[in-house]
Amino acid sequence: MADELLKVESIEKSFGKQKVLDGVSFILNKGEVKVIVGPSGTGKSTLLRCINLLNPPDKGKIYLQNKEITSLKHTLVPAVRQKIGMVFQHFALFNHLTAIDNVALGLLKVRKMNKTDAYKKAIDELNRVGLADHKDKYPAQLSGGQKQRVGIARALAMDPLLILFDEPTSALDPELIGEVLAVMQALAKDGMTMICVTHEMGFAKSVANEVIFMEKGKIIEQGLPEELFSNAKNPRTREFLSKISQLYGETGHK
Amino acid sequence: MEIFEHNLLFLFKNMPMLLSGALTAILLTFTSIIIGLVVGIMVTFFRIYGSKFTKKLMFAYEWLLKGTPPLILIFIFYFGLGNYLNLGEFFAAALALGLRSSAYQAQIYRGAVLSISTEQTEAGLSLGLSRFRTFYLVILPQAIRLSLPGFTNEFTIVLKDTPLAYGVGLVEILKAGRDILAQQLSAAIVSGKVTASLNPFIVYLTCALIYFVLFEIFYYSLNALSKKFQIPGFIFDK
Repeated sequence: MADELLKVESIEKSFGKQKVLDGVSFILNKGEVKVIVGPSGTGKSTLLRCINLLNPPDKGKIYLQNKEITSLKHTLVPAVRQKIGMVFQHFALFNHLTAIDNVALGLLKVRKMNKTDAYKKAIDELNRVGLADHKDKYPAQLSGGQKQRVGIARALAMDPLLILFDEPTSALDPELIGEVLAVMQALAKDGMTMICVTHEMGFAKSVANEVIFMEKGKIIEQGLPEELFSNAKNPRTREFLSKISQLYGETGHK
Repeated sequence: MEIFEHNLLFLFKNMPMLLSGALTAILLTFTSIIIGLVVGIMVTFFRIYGSKFTKKLMFAYEWLLKGTPPLILIFIFYFGLGNYLNLGEFFAAALALGLRSSAYQAQIYRGAVLSISTEQTEAGLSLGLSRFRTFYLVILPQAIRLSLPGFTNEFTIVLKDTPLAYGVGLVEILKAGRDILAQQLSAAIVSGKVTASLNPFIVYLTCALIYFVLFEIFYYSLNALSKKFQIPGFIFDK
């Protein structure tokens, strides 16, 4: 029996009258990589934002390491978020801070590390994404791919239990996608637990333990990547995945 | 030419009066701007993070102050309020110009805060920072920088609005110039040499020149400040 890290139990979320999530459940084990695909507006990003309580679900429960996090007091929420890293579609780097200060901010202000240790760790994390040479550059001086790698380093620095990736490559120029996917693949191989909303099928095939297909706030089908890609049971899944492979290519980036 | 020299000489003699008027104008500008800054930041905070009710209240506040001529505001605070509470010319004018400025400053700060992507707030929260610390560590340092050009503009507008305090008798630059003219005119009438009176053109041009010099000084210092705090390579992108 694998080590259960996160359990999402029939969560629902509405914005106004629109129901964005309609009873989503899954279990994520330690070291597992899940890829979530689906048409836009089906609640993939909302699902991630429910998990780290940026948009807490209206109904349903979420457990992190067997402890329910959906009913916590306000004051305890930041401690949960600290354990769950997040990487954003538009990078969300703090524009007024250099690359290394972006990575060190959480270490200094949340984990209260002293300056020497915090910057030492920040450099290690930048090294891990291959950007130690760019540590003193401001976000505006970095390329999109470099910004996203700093974003990943910033999440890694907090030593999270898992990292949520919200379409990490969809705002990038095609030639910059590879460097970000390479970092993500390396993380997956190092045993990082990840949930990735992405349409990079090559990435899904090479590292995902499970692919989840979502539509209209529900999980339509889930399974091993090769199963889902070659013989999905649901016609909508087949249709969507074939469109995606046409767009992004079968093999993707390796 | 003689008249011209006479005018300049007279103005030169009365320079202390004009300069003390200038000092009053500077003090009035700073006091008004600081009132505007403190109130403006509070209005900004409640308009962005407040409840529905406070948001509406702040909107109404901005709307009323932007829609009223500043001279009328000064009269309200001096003559209107004067029946109950005598603020004096200086503070009545400072309060009127300051509160009006707060409405415009609030608009500048709100624009700056809202131009910073919500993803950055989410990123701060996702690191485990509290909402307040995210605002303080992530949003505010950027908002201040983004506000500086607009603030510079607002500062010079308040500076150039200070002559309105003339309306309640505050001796600032314009009133000082006008007093000099009046004194000289009565002296000329008494001595019978009306041709020797001061030329209003020259007096008011001098007043304008003093404002222009002040404007330049503040404009360039504030712009230098904006440049100093500019984020390297940063161009307005979210």
